[in-house]
Amino acid sequence: MKTSQDLAAIREGMKQLVALRTVDGFKPDAAAQDYSGKYHIMLCAGPGCETSNSLAIARALEEGIKANNLEDEIRVVRTGCLGLCEMAPIMVTKPDGVFYCKVTPEDAEEIIKEHLIGGRPVKRLQYDESEGADPDGINVPMGETSFYKKQMRLTMKNCGRINPEEIDEYIAFDGYKALEKALTTMTPDGVVDVVLASGLRGRGGAGFPTGRKWSAATRNRGEIQKYVVCNADEGDPGAFMDRSVLEGDPHAVLEAMAIAGYAIGSDKGYVYVRAEYPTAVKRLTIALMQAREYGLIGKNILGTGFDFDVDIKLGAGAFVCGESSALMKSIEGHRGEPRPRPPSSAVKGLYGQPTLLNNVETFASIPQIILNGAEWYSSIGTEKSKGTKVFSIVGKIKNVGLAEVPMGTTLRELIEEIGGGIPNGGKFKAAQTGGPSGGCIPPQHLDTPIDFDNLIEIGSMMGSGGLIVLDEDTCMVDTARFFLDFTVDESCGKCTPCRVGTRRMLEILDKITAGKATLEDLDNIEELAHFISTNSFCGLGQTAPNPVLSTLRYFREEYEEHIVNKKCPAGICKALLTYSIDPEKCVGCTLCARNCPTGAISGEVKQPHVIDTEKCIKCGVCIDNCKFDAVKRG
Amino acid sequence: MEQITIKVNGVDYQVDGGQSVLDACHSIGIHIPTLCWMRGLNEIGACRMCVVELKGAKRLITACVYPVKDGMELTTNSLVVQKARKMNLELLLSSHDQNCLSCSRSTDCELQALCKEYDVDGMKFIGTKEHFEKETSTLHLVRDNNKCILCRRCVSACQHQYVGVISPADRGFETHIACAFEAPLAETGCVSCGQCIVNCPTGALMEKDDTDKVLDAINDPEKTVVVQTAPSIRATIGEAFGFPIGTNTEGKMVAALRRLGFDQVFDTDTAADITIWEEANEFIERVKNNGTLPLLTSCCPGWTKFLEMYHPEFFNNISSCKSPQGMMGGLIKTYWAEKNEVDTKNLVVVSIMPCTAKKFELDRYDMHAAGEGIQDNDISLTTRELVKLIRRAGLDFANLPDEKFDEALGDSSGASVIFGASGGVLEAALRTAASWISGEELANPEFVEVRGEEGIKEATYNVAGIDVNVCSVSGLEGVEKVLRQVRDGEKSYHIIEIMACPGGCVNGGGQPSQPAKVRNFIDLKELRAKALYDEDVAKAVRVSHKNELVMKLYDEYLEKPGSHKAHDILHTTYQLRQRNY
Repeated sequence: MKTSQDLAAIREGMKQLVALRTVDGFKPDAAAQDYSGKYHIMLCAGPGCETSNSLAIARALEEGIKANNLEDEIRVVRTGCLGLCEMAPIMVTKPDGVFYCKVTPEDAEEIIKEHLIGGRPVKRLQYDESEGADPDGINVPMGETSFYKKQMRLTMKNCGRINPEEIDEYIAFDGYKALEKALTTMTPDGVVDVVLASGLRGRGGAGFPTGRKWSAATRNRGEIQKYVVCNADEGDPGAFMDRSVLEGDPHAVLEAMAIAGYAIGSDKGYVYVRAEYPTAVKRLTIALMQAREYGLIGKNILGTGFDFDVDIKLGAGAFVCGESSALMKSIEGHRGEPRPRPPSSAVKGLYGQPTLLNNVETFASIPQIILNGAEWYSSIGTEKSKGTKVFSIVGKIKNVGLAEVPMGTTLRELIEEIGGGIPNGGKFKAAQTGGPSGGCIPPQHLDTPIDFDNLIEIGSMMGSGGLIVLDEDTCMVDTARFFLDFTVDESCGKCTPCRVGTRRMLEILDKITAGKATLEDLDNIEELAHFISTNSFCGLGQTAPNPVLSTLRYFREEYEEHIVNKKCPAGICKALLTYSIDPEKCVGCTLCARNCPTGAISGEVKQPHVIDTEKCIKCGVCIDNCKFDAVKRG
Repeated sequence: MEQITIKVNGVDYQVDGGQSVLDACHSIGIHIPTLCWMRGLNEIGACRMCVVELKGAKRLITACVYPVKDGMELTTNSLVVQKARKMNLELLLSSHDQNCLSCSRSTDCELQALCKEYDVDGMKFIGTKEHFEKETSTLHLVRDNNKCILCRRCVSACQHQYVGVISPADRGFETHIACAFEAPLAETGCVSCGQCIVNCPTGALMEKDDTDKVLDAINDPEKTVVVQTAPSIRATIGEAFGFPIGTNTEGKMVAALRRLGFDQVFDTDTAADITIWEEANEFIERVKNNGTLPLLTSCCPGWTKFLEMYHPEFFNNISSCKSPQGMMGGLIKTYWAEKNEVDTKNLVVVSIMPCTAKKFELDRYDMHAAGEGIQDNDISLTTRELVKLIRRAGLDFANLPDEKFDEALGDSSGASVIFGASGGVLEAALRTAASWISGEELANPEFVEVRGEEGIKEATYNVAGIDVNVCSVSGLEGVEKVLRQVRDGEKSYHIIEIMACPGGCVNGGGQPSQPAKVRNFIDLKELRAKALYDEDVAKAVRVSHKNELVMKLYDEYLEKPGSHKAHDILHTTYQLRQRNY
């Protein structure tokens, strides 16, 4: 078991490592030469890079290093997510800060020989956001690139700079210092006060003030069994913020849970993590074992008499289990369904006992708030939304990835600067935030500073931080349909509005996209949407109609176009498309007719062809094959 | 209770704190519709029918589970509320087969009643429906998920019976009630108690209808059709014909049965008295000879099935007596058939029972007093099925004359009448056993401590110098508890009366359906039981061992309690019963 002195000794011993990796991160270290040929290759092993084969690269690098007998000088560190998934797999060499992207295992040898031995970075693999336009592009320091410049990595600060499977590295970067501070210098109420004063709001979606949640759970400390639960059941399609934090910095979550346990008087925590996140589960399990071994989780932590243990519970992936009471039911081994409130979880939660539940990102913010103080934290962000928020930026965007920005950053900054805008000169149509519970934000609100309240004001929500960028080729009815289809599937089936109502909404959307709806259907879906919002049992149902409501609010004419004129302006809804050949442009090359899978195109060689719309299945093969732009879709 | 002030629909009221909004509103005469809520059983807030407006709340609140607070301002009848309820009903109907014409719960269906009230025709949303095959694997039940509204009252009822073999399966729109791994109900640990059925608001759960079998038998000139009615039927059947709950309509019931064409109308109460002769004798024998105690009663087929599936370790404790249904059927097929020279091949015994497990009991082994292959009882109908027969026959039940059971097997003591209420069998047994042990008649035959609606009732009586510890327990959740305590040596009883259904047969799974709005606010069990206890008091003979008909039966035919003949006709055995899920 470790004491405070032991932790201090670990930090002292790893001073050089910390210096080498640079505390500030993402800026090349000017003092590179101080490290006499030592390199740490910070290789991203986050979800995006891992699926892009980064672990094979790690092995190739290690083999190369071994072959060159450089094991003492060069270390490959598999880190958490570096964020720029678009360029996966990515890695940064430290201390010189060379930022490589789209690396393959075959590149390993060249990197070792040329760069790590020869001191000449491999230019063709270096990130260049100018894409060759700027001859000096590869020399822009990582932290100065558009993607990173406006970011403020707090909850993800260790993602990319530590090996998440090494507790010593976490400790080296001030890990478990906040727990030590709380246990040795603060009262439980004092901890709650700091969280309250920090203005931190829950990152799981609704943005409930975290301090108030903690405060509500403080009653009867030491008299009754209480629980601290971490919600790691991230389920929004396209969202992977929590996953990245768990994979990149699992100890931060464990440390925060122990602090929460101390604050509310609980000795037992659960992390509810989805089984579909095997790497997160693995790293969390390793972290838990290491923390237990060090006595940082378990009995008499740091000799203070405070006990706190954590168990990991795997969820089977039901979206509704992200809802707090359903999550607790699931931990208890029951069907994951919400229960009536009041009483709140703070009064009667897991196993009927007072329970504090926060999500991963919320917990990951806690150690720094305790260490740096409420004032520091509340200086970041907007008046009512403090701190930073991680967004997963996906969709029609150049820089797909994870970005952490201060609250109050505008959508425009996030999309156009950090995200790099829409590729191939596409035109922005809307940003979908908040996952299936959120809404679509049109161009006129791009300059809205992002915070909890503003997003609700404009008909969407923060949610867990998913941001899907949609361009002009996106049909908003189809987009609403996509998200609703998800919630219909994920409804637990307990209450009538969500179970039956969402299905009926989806059926109306199906009618609209098939060109079979009437304007009365539009009234019906709107009425139904409002009914489901106000009558559903839990948050899942209450927010399920949001994608429809927000697209109706901003893109109603698109719905009407589908209904009245039977047209899909974006050309997405198949049933509403017709294909025709412009006789003026068609040269009769027969390529379309030869490729048509249903034989719907006929015509003589060198004569204009025609499409039989009865036979046409609207697959688009003719358009793809026509070299003369003669096939029209509309 | 602390008084608080709330405003409902603009009017201030003083109500008790610590209750739900729904109860508070009920207390001031404002009724809020429900479909899923059953007090103490299913408080899950799922159906969303009870929504009301609360000033300051973003959404409508669920009155059934929302605690009332001082200063609340509620609106229960606004257009918003009514529209929400209406929309809910539209949605429920849109996924319901709406086949009311052929539904046996038509006019008696809680969903239908609300749709009528809210003017909902089910045409607003025409969409896809899941189609479910009917579950018909057991002898007692039909589950038609096409009529299910997923209120989950059945699921809670089953869980409260400690059986818990049904639950929601799948999720979202595909959610439906099923057994584990979609197994047939017959392969599960279902004890056939029918509590799921009496809690169902629609026609999704019904007993297996055997009325046609009865009509076929009655209309077959070759057949002699004899009917017997259980003690509790007389206390409940009137409900279906407009009588207040707890009205004893024994005479009209007998008259109706006769008019339906049954050749003999017998009273199961007679067999209940015989049960007491046999069981009291068995009890005294065990006490005298250091036999296995506690003696567990065996009248309830739901309980005996539970024992066979869940607690075979008590096989030596349970009485070997058949249930009164079994004894009566056995006697009809032997004693009565012999006496009246009726060939058992042409003799059909129909039992009217408060119970769905009795349908299961028909087919039990060792229920063949007249010989192999000859069932003691041939058809068992629930009270509800009898009501159906009476309606179909066009009988004006309320205005029928009061008639008496046929004499051959139609006389009973007060002790047998109370069999229909939890504690009644035990009390009847104590009345006789105490007399037999002490050799004296009791001045007061009542053992009131074992009566009432509590699940578990205990008492100790001093009988001829011996302290006799007794317990009566109803509802399988309580049964499980008591059996564990006995097994673990925490409790020591001489005799335990066990009934599967909470409150005993008056609340049996075959009794007339009563909607949630009745069940939630009236103590159905108590009112129905009272009708039986009143009849007991009114009876000239209140102890089974003084029933002259039964005395004659023993003299003429059965010899004495526990005799060889009595064993052949009146007793049975138990076997381990498999349950896969």
